[in-house]
Amino acid sequence: MTESNLPSRKKRWEILMLVSLAAAVLWTVVSRVPSAVGAPLSSSPSPREGFLAPDFTLDTLDGKKVTLSELRGEIVLINLWATWCPPCRAEMPALENAYEQYKDSGVVILGLNVTNQDSEKDIPLFVDEFGLTFPILLDRDGSVSALYQLRGLPTTYFVNREGIIRTVVVGGPMNETFIRSKIEALLQEIP
Amino acid sequence: MFPYLRLGPFILPMASLALLAGLWLGLPLIEREAARLKINASMLSNIILYSLLAGLIGARAGYALEFSSTYLANPLSLLALTPTTLSPSMGLAVGLIAFVIFIQRKQLPLRQTLDAIAPGLALFMAFVGFAHILSGDAFGAPTNVPWAIRLWNEYRHPSQFYEIFIALTILLVIREGFPKPEGSGLNFLLTVALSSASRVFLESFRGDSVFWPGGFREAQVISIFMMALSFYWMRKWITLESA
Repeated sequence: MTESNLPSRKKRWEILMLVSLAAAVLWTVVSRVPSAVGAPLSSSPSPREGFLAPDFTLDTLDGKKVTLSELRGEIVLINLWATWCPPCRAEMPALENAYEQYKDSGVVILGLNVTNQDSEKDIPLFVDEFGLTFPILLDRDGSVSALYQLRGLPTTYFVNREGIIRTVVVGGPMNETFIRSKIEALLQEIP
Repeated sequence: MFPYLRLGPFILPMASLALLAGLWLGLPLIEREAARLKINASMLSNIILYSLLAGLIGARAGYALEFSSTYLANPLSLLALTPTTLSPSMGLAVGLIAFVIFIQRKQLPLRQTLDAIAPGLALFMAFVGFAHILSGDAFGAPTNVPWAIRLWNEYRHPSQFYEIFIALTILLVIREGFPKPEGSGLNFLLTVALSSASRVFLESFRGDSVFWPGGFREAQVISIFMMALSFYWMRKWITLESA
């Protein structure tokens, strides 16, 4: 490269940079989606962040029924657990404390027992042992675990007031600080 | 998609393992390039690891600051091994600041150092794409193109594969593509500019974009800013080279 070539070469680079930048701005404007602001990532429910939480109806331990979609407008924590799972046992006190603290702020915790992998008669003993007061749901045929593509126990879904999953935690145990920070984040969301 | 590996009572996130593999393979590439540019390779390698550690601490501190009352009640939770309690933006900022401080304290030449990092960074970006394949993150928008993949209940653009392809292409371009003065910092800036430009283009095929008012995608706006920044410094450093 000779000295005399340098200015014209530099000029070509500058033009290339400006054209690239203009093309990037143009593409950004052309590809914008005004209707997507604030919308869920997909209209079809799926068990991952940004998607609507798949709906289900299950029996509770005290013989009632709970339907997830009927809890729309409230913050919902769905915790999948089993009595034999050590990290599930470890995080139960933290979940109960969080429930006590936030239940009057529109927060519901659903303790979804994976009953098809558990012993149903052990569940009331477990609930008594930890003094759990939030609803315990029984997934007797494993259909909800399958719907939520359960990969490991415990698994917890933090669902906002619009029914959109914001955080998925596979494995545990979660500590109380973590649970509270995630609930606080959901409470801060503008409905 | 293979997000978790269960090993007895432990559940390992495969995406994190892919990122570690990217680091493991990227660092030797950086060290080789550093040696070629006559920079202390092991020192640079250590600086990168310390900066990553600083970034990790910054990310946790940033998250804790956001929910300070919760963490003040139980400060030991700062040490919890929970990847979802990190602030990525704070982590990036702290990691970059730490990196700049370290290279200034060790008196490493900035532009040569950045050029030494460039190929390793491009390779690491390919592993980020691989991590996304494993976790199912950074998924594509619904489409009916023949090469669509079924993910999250819909046929979608294989955006994670696009990511890998682009990252490897950038690696090829910066290693073989344009003749540039050795150690001028231009290789690093070209890596940033090309990565940003490709993000602007590919983001429109993503199904998980964060939207700003008006329907603008956050990643595209930030990438345009990064492109402009790298072009500004390119122009400045080209002028210095030709002076």
